[in-house]
Order: sequence, then C-alpha cells, then structure tokens
Amino acid sequence: MKLPDSKDFWSGVMLIAIGAVAVFIARDYPFGTALRMGAGFFPVVLGVVLMLFGLTFALRGLRDSARIEGNWSLRALIVLPLAFVAFGVLMEHAGFVPAMLALTAGSAAAGPEFRIGEVLLLSGLLTVMCVALFIWALGLPYPLIVGM
Amino acid sequence: MDLFHNLIFGFGVALSWQNLLYCLIGVSVGTLIGVLPGIGPLGTIAILLPITFNVAPVGALIMLAGIYYGAQYGGSTTAILVNLPGETSSVVTCIDGYQMARQGRAGPALAIAAIGSFFAGTVGTLLIALFGPPLAEVALEFAAPEYFSLMLMSLVAAAVLAQGDMAKSFAMVALGLLLGIVGTDVNTGVQRFSFGITELSDGIGFIVVAVGMFAMGEIIANLGDPEERSVFAAKVTHLFPTWADMKQSIAPILRGTAIGAFFGVLPGTGPAIASFSSYIVEKKFAADPSRFGRGAIEGVAGPESANNADAQCKFIPMLTLGLPASGVMALMLGALTIQGIQPGPEVMTRRPELFWGLIASMWIGNLMLVVLNLPLIGVWVKLLTVPYRLLFPAIMAFSAIGIYSVNNSSFEIYLTALFGVLGFVWTKLGFPAPPLLLGFVLGPMMEEHLRRAMLMAKGDPTVFVTRPISLAFIVITAIIVVVMVAPAMKKRRGEITG
Repeated sequence: MKLPDSKDFWSGVMLIAIGAVAVFIARDYPFGTALRMGAGFFPVVLGVVLMLFGLTFALRGLRDSARIEGNWSLRALIVLPLAFVAFGVLMEHAGFVPAMLALTAGSAAAGPEFRIGEVLLLSGLLTVMCVALFIWALGLPYPLIVGM
Repeated sequence: MDLFHNLIFGFGVALSWQNLLYCLIGVSVGTLIGVLPGIGPLGTIAILLPITFNVAPVGALIMLAGIYYGAQYGGSTTAILVNLPGETSSVVTCIDGYQMARQGRAGPALAIAAIGSFFAGTVGTLLIALFGPPLAEVALEFAAPEYFSLMLMSLVAAAVLAQGDMAKSFAMVALGLLLGIVGTDVNTGVQRFSFGITELSDGIGFIVVAVGMFAMGEIIANLGDPEERSVFAAKVTHLFPTWADMKQSIAPILRGTAIGAFFGVLPGTGPAIASFSSYIVEKKFAADPSRFGRGAIEGVAGPESANNADAQCKFIPMLTLGLPASGVMALMLGALTIQGIQPGPEVMTRRPELFWGLIASMWIGNLMLVVLNLPLIGVWVKLLTVPYRLLFPAIMAFSAIGIYSVNNSSFEIYLTALFGVLGFVWTKLGFPAPPLLLGFVLGPMMEEHLRRAMLMAKGDPTVFVTRPISLAFIVITAIIVVVMVAPAMKKRRGEITG
C-alpha cells in the first residue's frame, strides 16, 4: 500500500499519536467524579479531543494531497538544535567559554553560508561580549572554564 | 477627578530615571527588531524575559511593553523604505508607503506613520486608563465559573480569529492545554506526564516553550527560506508632510484608531487584522479609490494608526482580567507570574504603581518613538544592511544564556531545542504557534477553575449557565463559533460539492 504524502494526513497521524499516548499514560491517574475531578480528568478529555482532531485531519488529508509549501533546510533543522544541545552539555562539564564558542560557531554552521574566518571572528566576539555582559556585569555564577 | 490623580501618580512612577531608562531600552530594542525582519517581538520578549528577573516588576513590564509597541513603529519604517514588512502588522503599509517613497515622498510617509501611531498610542493609553478600573471592578466579582467561561471564550476566540486553518488553531489550543498539564497536580500531588524526570515535576518552563517555538523555530524557518533584501536607498529629504497631506490624513487616523481599538480588545486578533481592516475601510471611504496602491497617504495613515491602537488596547484584558489576548500578552502574563505577581483584577488595587506606571510609560514611550524614528531614520536603515548570517548566532547565544540562567539547568536547554524542532514542524504543517502558547498559559488556570467550579456547584455542570456573567461569556462564545465557523463550513462544503 502506498502511503499518502499529504501534510494534513501526517499532521493527523501525529495528533492521534500524541492524544493516544496522553490517554494511555493518564489512565493510571485517578479520574475522579464530576464533583471531585481527579488528576486524570483533564488529560484524558484533552487526549480524546486531540485524537478527534487528528482523525479529521487524517481523513481530510486522504482526500486532498496538499504538500508542504515553501523551502526548508534540513541542515538548519538538525544543526541548530544540536548547537543548543552542545551548549547544554558544555555548560555542565566544560564551562561558559567553550559552551559559547560551540553554540555560536555551531549555529553559524546551520546557515547556508559558512565562511570560516568570519565565523571564528563572530563567535570569538560574541563570546567576549557575553562574558562581559552576563558574567562580569550581571554576575551570573558560571565558571568561564571548568577547573580553572 | 480620580482619573487625573491616577495618571499623575502613574507619571510619577514612569518618570523616575530608572523607569525612563527601561522605557528607552525597550522602545530602542523594539524599533531595532521591528526594522530587522526575521526576529519579531514574540521571540525577543521571550529571550529577554529571564534577564528581567533582577529588575523590579514595574521596570520589567515597562521595558517588555516598549519592545512590543516599539516593534510596530520599526516595522513600518522598513515597509515604507524597503517595501519589506519588518512585522506582519505593517504588510499593508508596504502597498502605499513604498509607492510614496518611490515618488520621493518617503519623508511625509514616515512622518504620517509616526504621527498616526502616536495619536493612536495616546488614545489607546487613555482608553486603558478609562476602562481598566471599571473592568477590574466587575472582574473582582468573578468566581471560578466566571473565570472558566471567560477563559473558554478567549481560547475559542483566539483559535477562531488566528490566521490560517481554524481547526488547526483549535488543535494547537488543545495541545497547549495538554502541555500545560505536565508536572505536579496542585490539587492531588499526582505527577502527571513527568516520566520520572525531576526537572519536569515543576512543569515545562514557560520560557522554554516560547523561546523554542518563537526564537529557534523562526530561525530554522528563516534559514531554509532566505529572502532577498535590497535596500531602496531613498534619500529622505523634507520630512514634514504638507498641510494638504495632514488634512487628508486626519479622518483616516481617527477611523484607524477606532478600528484598532476595537480589534485590540478581541482575543486572538493580531495587529495585522486591524491594519488590514483599516486599509479596506479607507479604500471604501475614498473619493477616488483608484489612487490606492499608487501612493495614497490615507493607505499609510489609517493602517499605521490601527496597528498601534490594537497593540496598545491588547493590554486592557491582560491588565484587568489577567487574560492574554495574544501571544505577546501571554508572555507579559508570564513576566508577571515570574515576578511573583498573580495576574488578575487585584493587580490594579494591590499594585497600583504597576498598572498606572505602565500606562504612563506607554505614552512616554510613544513620544520617545517619534523622536527615535524620525530624526534617526538613517541609522535604522543602515542596520538593514547587516546580513542575517551574523545576526542569528547572536540571537541563539542570548536565547541559550537566558534559558540556562533561569534554573541553571541543561535539561531546559535540551527541551528548548526539542520545542524549536517541534515549533518549526508544526508551523510547516500549517499549525499556528500562538494559540498553543495561549493554551499553555491558560491550561493550568482553566483546569483549576473548572475543578473549583464543580466543587462549588456540587458536581452540577449547569453552574456555567445559571450564573449570569458566566452565561454571558458562554453565549458570546457560542455566537463567535456560529458566526465564524458556520460560513467556513459552508464554504468547505461548497468546495467539495462544487
């Protein structure tokens, strides 16, 4: 069977999945009564609502196959979040300066143009600026480099 | 008169040098991001929220508000000079504003945009001062059922009036409500959707969602779809509009202000709807509609007044009822909560300096904007030549530091990255992001009020329609649904059968 490629179909599938997971997890929470609603009432209702929305989108998507419009960059979608994750990891283990350098250079790498000299200059400059502003001026308590 | 006492008190607060400085910072940053496409007030305010922790609540709010209405001014500058709307609210201004610039009348176009905005801002400020207190008075009578119905109404309105597919907006509201549930249930202490992760037991951070979706998600989208920018280097010579220009603009400015104020208090409408409606109205009123699109000054004066009045009046429901009417207002509510202030009608009586100080600062801020935007126009235009590839790493750096500084938690950084990806994917699939943010903010409050209302009514759901104020909200909700949804359904059916 060939899978439909419409964006509505896949939006619907996504919402059904989210709703189903929500209902599945929330089944363990006490549902309560109308008088005393338990912790499970709201999540279950919302999960069901999401599944219903998902169902209508999926059905609509089977009828018309509007594709996703416009350009988009897979590179940006992967590299930009990774640069953020690198920042998080380095903040815990290496310090503010390495985290900033990795984040700014990594972000720049997500763009369509990557000029190595310009990027080095930019991330160096941004790191210095942020150290001055956030660490020295605002006094955020982060080590510049762990162990130093 | 009471109003004057309050306003004088407010000006006293707003004119302290710290608050003047915060106001100036706010409107400058606002103009800056208004001029720069690719970063809007939503993303900027989200990024700067953590930095406002160390600022007194009044100063923080004054600055964040300045960013918001400053962006409206900045957006119109680029619309007129470069034919590039810096913000969605100035899309309409491009039509006639850019034509005026090409005819060598950039100066009058910019001036009339600033004058119209300033007038609308002044009226908006007055409206808040006039209608805020009585509205808050009414709201003090609200109990759980009223609050639940009110929130229901604003969520429905937000979904119905949001741009794009209505059903998808509703789905995003539901998704936002669900995300708002994550964490410890305040009533029973049950951990919900926290997957055993300690960081999630306090719920998902508001800033995490906002920065992820509106800063990172935006950047991912912009990088995939780069826009060509060629600065139309129009020499802005004589700035002042002629007497004839002024006379032609008075009525459009008045009408635009009224339209903007009307849409301003409606939840879910962005300033784009107000400015677009004003443009249509001006075209209808014009003696010679064919001039529109060829540099009619009314086409600048009306919409520019409308979007500023709208931006200003969005504060009315936020300040008096604690109800966000747009994504930006949801962020403002977040700022209040972070400062330890429970939003709602009590803000006005318990923290009068906050309410009146903010209002007075808005008028001062509008005045600053006229000065910032007219004589300094050349500076802002120069900024347009800064390439985006140098800008977005800086935005990312500020975002990351801002989020990390809230809880010193790397987990929240990872979560933001996740929301960046989700925000991008959802937007690409046609799901608008602001309704999700509204649902996310209102979710926990709504659940709380629903449970309390049911307890109060001993489990009888008719409580929502037997109390008059609650009934009124429910009826308005029903009217919104009938008026807005029915034609859409009909159209859809027509498309299918026809």
